[in-house]
Amino acid sequence: MNGFSQPGRVERVFWPILATALLLALWCYSVRWSGTRVFPSPVEVERGLAELLRHHVLWGDIVDSLRRVAYGYGAAVAIGVPLGLTLGWYPAANQVVNPVMQILRPISPIAWIPVAIIFFGVGDDAAVFLIFLGSFFPIVVAAINGVSSVPAVYRHAGRNFGLTPPQLLAKVLFPAALPQILVGLRIALGIAWLVVVAAEMIAVDSGLGYLVIDSRNSGKRYDLVVAAILLIGVIGLVLDVLFRRLEKLRSVRWGFRFES
Amino acid sequence: MSQTQSVIAPTALKTKLSVDRVSMVFERDGKQTDVLDDIDLEVGDGEFVCLLGPSGCGKTTLLNAMAGFLSPTSGEIRVDGEIVRKPDPRRIFVFQERGVFPWLTVEGNIGFGLSKLPRAEREKRIAHYVKMVGLQGFEKTYPQELSGGMKQRLEVARALAVNPDMLLLDEPFGALDSITRLIMRGELLRIWEAERKTIIFVTHDIDEAVQLADRVVVMSARPATIQQIVNIDVPHPRDISSQRYLQLRDGIFQQIGLAHKL
Repeated sequence: MNGFSQPGRVERVFWPILATALLLALWCYSVRWSGTRVFPSPVEVERGLAELLRHHVLWGDIVDSLRRVAYGYGAAVAIGVPLGLTLGWYPAANQVVNPVMQILRPISPIAWIPVAIIFFGVGDDAAVFLIFLGSFFPIVVAAINGVSSVPAVYRHAGRNFGLTPPQLLAKVLFPAALPQILVGLRIALGIAWLVVVAAEMIAVDSGLGYLVIDSRNSGKRYDLVVAAILLIGVIGLVLDVLFRRLEKLRSVRWGFRFES
Repeated sequence: MSQTQSVIAPTALKTKLSVDRVSMVFERDGKQTDVLDDIDLEVGDGEFVCLLGPSGCGKTTLLNAMAGFLSPTSGEIRVDGEIVRKPDPRRIFVFQERGVFPWLTVEGNIGFGLSKLPRAEREKRIAHYVKMVGLQGFEKTYPQELSGGMKQRLEVARALAVNPDMLLLDEPFGALDSITRLIMRGELLRIWEAERKTIIFVTHDIDEAVQLADRVVVMSARPATIQQIVNIDVPHPRDISSQRYLQLRDGIFQQIGLAHKL
C-alpha cells in the first residue's frame, strides 16, 4: 500500500497546501527570472488585493456579480426544472421542442451579447439574461433525462397506489429524478459563474468581470487583474463546494456514489 | 394422479378474481408474439394461488394484466365482478425489492399510500406494519442501508398498509439468498394467516409454490396456457418431507416437463 491510496486527516490537508505553495513559488520565481515588468508576482497581487479592500470597491463588485447570478440562475431553475419535468413526462411534447432546443443549446451565451444589449440595453438586465440563457439548457436537459430514466417500477407503484398524474409527477417522478436534476443544476451553476464574468466585461460597469477589464484599461494594473481572476476562481470553488453539500442530503444520496 | 384438477375455486370461497378466456398478443417491430393463450382461472376470496412456470412463459404478463397495468388482447379479468381496467389500491402489485422508493425512509415508504388518512391514524398504521414485518428501529432508515430481505419486507408492508383485498407478488423473493428466502416464505404465510388477503404469487420455483399455495397453477411455455391446477391439500405448517408433499411436488415436476430423474 502506498500513502496516497487512503490519505489520513493530516495528509489530506498537508499535500494540497504543499502543492499550492509550490505553485506559488514557481509563479514567484518565474516572474523574477523572466524579469517581466507587466505580469505581477504573488506579492504584488496580494498588495493589489489589499488595496482594493481598502478602497471598499471589492465587496460591491462581489455582491453585484453574485446578485446577477442569483437572478439569472434563479430564473433558469424556476422555469427550467418544471419545463424539463413536463417535457420528460410528455415525450410527444419533447419531440416538438427538441429540434429547437438542440440548435439553441450549443450556442455560447457569449454569442448572445449583442442580442442581449439590443433587447435590454447596457445594464444589469442584459447580464442577467445571458446568465439565464447559459444555465437554462443544462437544467432543462437534466430534468428531461431525469424523468425519462425513472424506472418503470416506480411509476407503476405510484399508479398502483391511486396517484393522479400531477401527484405522480410530484411524489414519484420528481424525487426519483432529483439526483440527476441536481447534477444538471450544479453544471449550470458553474456555467452561470463563467458567463457573469464575460457579461460584465461588456454589458455593465460593475462586478468582478468589470474589475478585470477596468483594471487593465485604466493604467494596465495587472496586479489587480490577477487579483480579480484569483477571486473569481475562489468564489466559483466556494459555490461548487456549497452545492455539493446538497448531494449529501439523505433523500437524494441514493442517486450518488460516494467514495467509502 | 390423485391431484384434483379444477378451474373453479373451492366452492366454500366466494370468487374474488376471475380470468375469462384471456389472450395476450404483443407486437414489436411488426412481429406478433402470442404471450397468453386462452387463460381461464378463478381465485377464491382469501385464497393463496401460485402461478408457476418457466422463465419468460408469460406468468408475469398475466399478473400485470390482473393488476391493470396491461389490458388483455381478448377476454376479461374481473375482480369482485368488476372488469379490471386500470391499477387500483385494492390490489397491490409487489415487485422484487426494486419497488421501494429510495428517496423515502422506511416510514415514508409504508405511509406512501396513506396520505388521505388523518395524521394520527396514519402513524398508527405505519407503526403497526413496521412491527408486523419486523422493522422496528429502522423507521428513519433509507432503503439504501437495508438488506435485500428487509427491503422486500418493507415493500410488503407498504402494500399491506393500504389494506388491499389482494396482493399480486411477482417473484418477490427471487433476488434473495436461499436462507433469507426460506425465512421470507414463513413470514409471508404468517402475514397471510393473520390478514387473509387473496394472494397471487408468481414463481418459477416449484418448492416455493408447493410450500406456500392452496393451489398451484402450472403454466406451459409461451404462448402460456394453463397446463394443470394442483390442489395442495397439506395443512400449514407444512412438513416438507411428508409423503403427500413429496408426491405433489414430484407430480408438478413431471408436469412441468423437467427431467426429474436424470
